[in-house]
Amino acid sequence: MPEPKKLPPLTGAAAEQQMRRLSRRSFVTGAVSAAAGLGAWRWLTTANLEGDLPWPLRRMLRFNEELGESLFSSRLAPTFPNSSVQGPARVNGPIGLDAEVDAAAWQLRIQHAGRAERALGLKAVQGLPRIEQVTEFKCVEGWSEVMHFAGFRFLDFLTKFGLGTRSGQAPDPVGNPQDLYRYVYLATPDEEYYVGLDMASALHPQTLLCDTMNWEPLTRQHGAPLRLCLTVKYGYKSLKRVGLIRFQDERPGDYWAERGYDWYAGH
Amino acid sequence: MNRLERKHPRAVRWMHWINFPVLTIMIWSGLLIYWANDVYEINVGGRTLFHFFPDWFYQALNLEHGLAEGMAYHFTFAWVFGINGFLYVLYTLLSGEWRYLLPNRHTPREAWEVVLHDLKLRKTPLPKAKFNGAQRLAYTGVILMGALSLLTGLAIYKPTQLAWLTFLLGGYAWARVEHFALTIGYVLFFVIHISQVIRAGWNNFRAMVTGYELVAEEAKVNA
Repeated sequence: MPEPKKLPPLTGAAAEQQMRRLSRRSFVTGAVSAAAGLGAWRWLTTANLEGDLPWPLRRMLRFNEELGESLFSSRLAPTFPNSSVQGPARVNGPIGLDAEVDAAAWQLRIQHAGRAERALGLKAVQGLPRIEQVTEFKCVEGWSEVMHFAGFRFLDFLTKFGLGTRSGQAPDPVGNPQDLYRYVYLATPDEEYYVGLDMASALHPQTLLCDTMNWEPLTRQHGAPLRLCLTVKYGYKSLKRVGLIRFQDERPGDYWAERGYDWYAGH
Repeated sequence: MNRLERKHPRAVRWMHWINFPVLTIMIWSGLLIYWANDVYEINVGGRTLFHFFPDWFYQALNLEHGLAEGMAYHFTFAWVFGINGFLYVLYTLLSGEWRYLLPNRHTPREAWEVVLHDLKLRKTPLPKAKFNGAQRLAYTGVILMGALSLLTGLAIYKPTQLAWLTFLLGGYAWARVEHFALTIGYVLFFVIHISQVIRAGWNNFRAMVTGYELVAEEAKVNA
């Protein structure tokens, strides 16, 4: 819509007339734009669903994720003094934790795309160097808690047992990144709850397999006998009661990402 | 005699009107997110005066069980909100419009006079200017609020990657409170803004659509 840039200083009837002309034009432009906006909104809200979201929104989450990944990598989450931990850890999310669990008989099944399955008992995992950290756990619902986690670095776990690589050697993300599978899929023993992780987040030095929270052995509700703890992602990625770990190159399914949430969930 | 005068540049009008639905979408999707952990309330002397928000509010606006949807819309339209706001600031700086918008040394006194005038406590007419002191404060303040919304929003969106920002804003929980309080601020701004637009009348509103205003000639005013 061309706008007269240098109008002579119109007065009186001429001004009124010009104002009417301008009004007609601007209000029509406004009405057409508003209609176009409404149309765009209808298109967006009724677009085909992808992971329970209109696909353009899903695409935007992917875009944000890629931007986030390229801007920040492997930054360490802030840690806190032990005294910052207050009260018992909040319980949230019971999916996949219904059955009683026998820690002595518990087996961690480990799969690699195109290779025979392995199983490890709790004792084998607990032979790894023990790590403790106090970090802020953040739930996507909007609450957070400073919590103490103790267990084993996921990276140490892969290194000791030669997991996550095509060669079966210890991972070497710097020297031999091609040897690593791109993704990790973790699930409860019954696979009722499952998460997908990018390898970089899995190898993050603060990513732990925990058997202790707030100086207490894990309870069933908190994911005994072994749970995941991620400091770089929202809580729904910190799988409780890990029963299955699979290394693969396709982006794995994810319980909440299939229900409209962000797959990456980095924060 | 009326004279036709240019008032709002086209870029400002477009950005203003784009911001209106976008901010509405941001507040709506923000409420979907807030519902999932709606812990804020106003307490005075241990008594809860108001809980954000009562059940009827969520039900009336259909805001329950929409966290995932809310985040998807929020993190999409945040781009539009941020880019539109950035372009607006850039435009006002480059075009010189900032001269009419930023507070100056007369602003505090003038703003007080506007308040007295609007509350009908002061009879003297306000000086004729594109934006009076109260408007300068309001329109500059709301831009600062927008910038703060972006910053507090980023602090709760990426509290680990932007840990320094989250720390500066008082931590994750406080940044969320601040982000929420700013939203309440927009709603208050909106209420005052709309009532002032209604008071100012059609000629003023039309200027935000057309860019032009009919102004009474000086001679007429003094007559």
